[in-house]
Amino acid sequence: MNIETALLGAFVYLAAAVISAPIATRLGLGSVLGYLIAGIIIGPSALNLLGSETGDVMHFAELGVIVMLFLVGLELQPSKLWQLRRSILGLGGLQVTGTALAIGMAALVLGLDWRAALAAGLILALSSTAIVLQSLNERGLMKTSAGQSCFAVLLFQDIAVIPILALLPLIAVEAAHGEGHSMSLIADFPAWAQTAATFAAVALIVLAGRYLMRPLFRFVATSGIREIFVGLALLIVVSITLLMQFVGLSAALGTFLGGVVLAESEYRHELEMDLDPFKGLLLAVFFIAVGAGINFSLLIDQPLTLVGLVLGFVVVKLLVLYGLAKLFRMTAPDSSRFSFSLAQGGEFAFVLISFAAGLGLLAATQAGILVAMVAISMALAPLLMIADEKLLQPRFLRAGTERAADVIDDSAKVIIAGHGRFGMTVGRLLNASGFKAVVLDHDAEQIDSLRPFGFKVYYGDATRTDLLEAAGAHDAKVLVVAIDDREKSMELVHTVRQKFPQLRIIARATDRVHAYELLNAGVEDVHREVFASSVDVAEAALVALGRHPFEAFRAARTFKAHDERMLRKTAQHAGDRETLIDAARASRAEITKVLSGDTGEAGSPGDHAWEAPDRTRE
Amino acid sequence: MKLLVLFAHPKISGSIVQKAMLAAIAGLEHVTIHDLYAAYPDFDIDVKAEQQRLLAHDLIVLQHPFYWYSSPAIIKEWQDLVLENGWAYGAAGTRLAGKFLMNAISTGGSSEAYRPDGRNRYAIETLLSPFNQTAHLCGMAYIEPFIVNAGRKMSSQDLTVRAEAYRDLIVGLRDGRVDPLKHLCHDFVLPAHFAARVSP
Repeated sequence: MNIETALLGAFVYLAAAVISAPIATRLGLGSVLGYLIAGIIIGPSALNLLGSETGDVMHFAELGVIVMLFLVGLELQPSKLWQLRRSILGLGGLQVTGTALAIGMAALVLGLDWRAALAAGLILALSSTAIVLQSLNERGLMKTSAGQSCFAVLLFQDIAVIPILALLPLIAVEAAHGEGHSMSLIADFPAWAQTAATFAAVALIVLAGRYLMRPLFRFVATSGIREIFVGLALLIVVSITLLMQFVGLSAALGTFLGGVVLAESEYRHELEMDLDPFKGLLLAVFFIAVGAGINFSLLIDQPLTLVGLVLGFVVVKLLVLYGLAKLFRMTAPDSSRFSFSLAQGGEFAFVLISFAAGLGLLAATQAGILVAMVAISMALAPLLMIADEKLLQPRFLRAGTERAADVIDDSAKVIIAGHGRFGMTVGRLLNASGFKAVVLDHDAEQIDSLRPFGFKVYYGDATRTDLLEAAGAHDAKVLVVAIDDREKSMELVHTVRQKFPQLRIIARATDRVHAYELLNAGVEDVHREVFASSVDVAEAALVALGRHPFEAFRAARTFKAHDERMLRKTAQHAGDRETLIDAARASRAEITKVLSGDTGEAGSPGDHAWEAPDRTRE
Repeated sequence: MKLLVLFAHPKISGSIVQKAMLAAIAGLEHVTIHDLYAAYPDFDIDVKAEQQRLLAHDLIVLQHPFYWYSSPAIIKEWQDLVLENGWAYGAAGTRLAGKFLMNAISTGGSSEAYRPDGRNRYAIETLLSPFNQTAHLCGMAYIEPFIVNAGRKMSSQDLTVRAEAYRDLIVGLRDGRVDPLKHLCHDFVLPAHFAARVSP
């Protein structure tokens, strides 16, 4: 491929992605479907804009799937896994085996040999993580019990891809021309050495993830060069991929493992964000290549056969899912939502189909039919979910079936931006009161020094929308802005007011001017960082000077309330020096009067609440 | 006998009578004065420390102005927190049994106001019955209250006389000259475990 054809190819793919994804999203079809359709349009069946390099592009774009598995691994915190263990293993395990057997059976009946039938069953058992999660998120159903069940099944499927990738070559062993696409460099080694090398490679990933990555991340993070962090993230994925190919294991398995090892790392969010655009773009190219690869002569030659196959496939999936929902005692509306959400083929199917075809498990025509089935079922998926939502769910409500209680979201409800001396105190009290705060900080050394104390601190610039999103800003209730950099603080406040208006902001102000800025930006909870402690010091001084502690306490309280009131009153004149000086003078006179008891203002220490000069209590 | 005076006045600087009473008993041996508002301006009462203090004394005096027919707020908070179930009362709550409780109060009104035909309608002892019953529930003996009526209307000589009387009572109780069991509040019902200690 010379440089001009490469650039031309890049142009066609990127233009297709840029045009199709927004249109498909606006039509409510989801971006995946948009990419597939774009691929069909630019592919040989329609415009035929692509050269002969489609195969190479597909191989390159498979890196997108590998990155995706790395990200799936990153999401898999052991605690979350443990919490969902019953759904993941029970529901997910039964879904994959049940569907694989049912479809395999049907394939046998249709005349495939047992190897191809088993491969087809396993491949079609998977659903589309991308489509389902995206749709559930868009409709705010992720936290419902049906949404959580879907997530558990998809999670199991994502993990199951790895054993399936390992299983297919075993099934294919006796198949005619199964050379796979092993590019293992150790294939000529004796068996024991191959085994040893494989174990060594896995051990290397785990150990490097545990002990090497943290100092490496720190080293890169302290340099403050953002693009190098992105480079490091890509480097991790690429090196794992190379290592896995060297020992002849699945690169997806390796990166997935690498992701799990790093899931507990405080750099997790940063990694996710840096890799996310690459994953997205590479997957887009992948989907376009898949779309381009759909053999439309099939649909034209035997439309009825294909329609029948897709219908049969979707119905079998629906039935297995519905049976499982009943087995796991889901309510009627949940069962319906769960089954309709997952009744389609998934993006991993494309990888597995091309892999199985490469192994010689599936003939080219069979692979073509499967790709078409999966692609069409994915195109139907959003329609099925809409049908459930509009036609079936209202019936359940009318039938009086009680809606199942939503699973209460246990993720963090509070985000603390900035974890220096200030944010740490906030975090300690919240933690001690049982709230797990997500803490964001941009100082790698600070993060390192805090880890021993058991804080969950993530590295990153809190003003970035994607980091806030990754920290759960959409679901969180409260954001504590505890960063000491005034400009960053204002930037964060403006971003949050715009993008996450439901988030209640409690902000630290470095001084009065900053407090004015925050108040004028619409933040109600503004706390000047040294104000409370300086009033405390004044109170202690009053006591040391002989004032009764309770009177000193009340004076401090009155002063505090008065000053906060003045701060809010004068905020509108923030830029006007003259007015501010006048206001300050008036304020000083007023508080002196209040504290010395010159006014009749209620609640101040100068009041007459506890005296009876006129003997009113007689 | 060791005495603990729990003093409560939210604004001692504005007080006349309580200040005089406090001055009269200041510095006495075996008489501990504990200013609750000074110790806990934010009302964050140290329960364990307060209980230890109670155990170290035999007679507890609640000295306070008579606000709204009761005590200033911090004494109520002190009762709520310190007199725990299982410690001061309840099945195993016998730690205060055998001790004495007394109110030493100052009122704005005259003694005539605290009569059925007066503007406050009830006798001060009747209005103090929550303390009376608190003592009973904790197995303590409730002594008749020391009262300074209409202190702000008094001449300074009269006030000094009342403050001296207060000091005499406190010292008498401390030295055993005054037998608290002979000065029980008139409607108090003595818990049974005091029986052996009542001299004929």
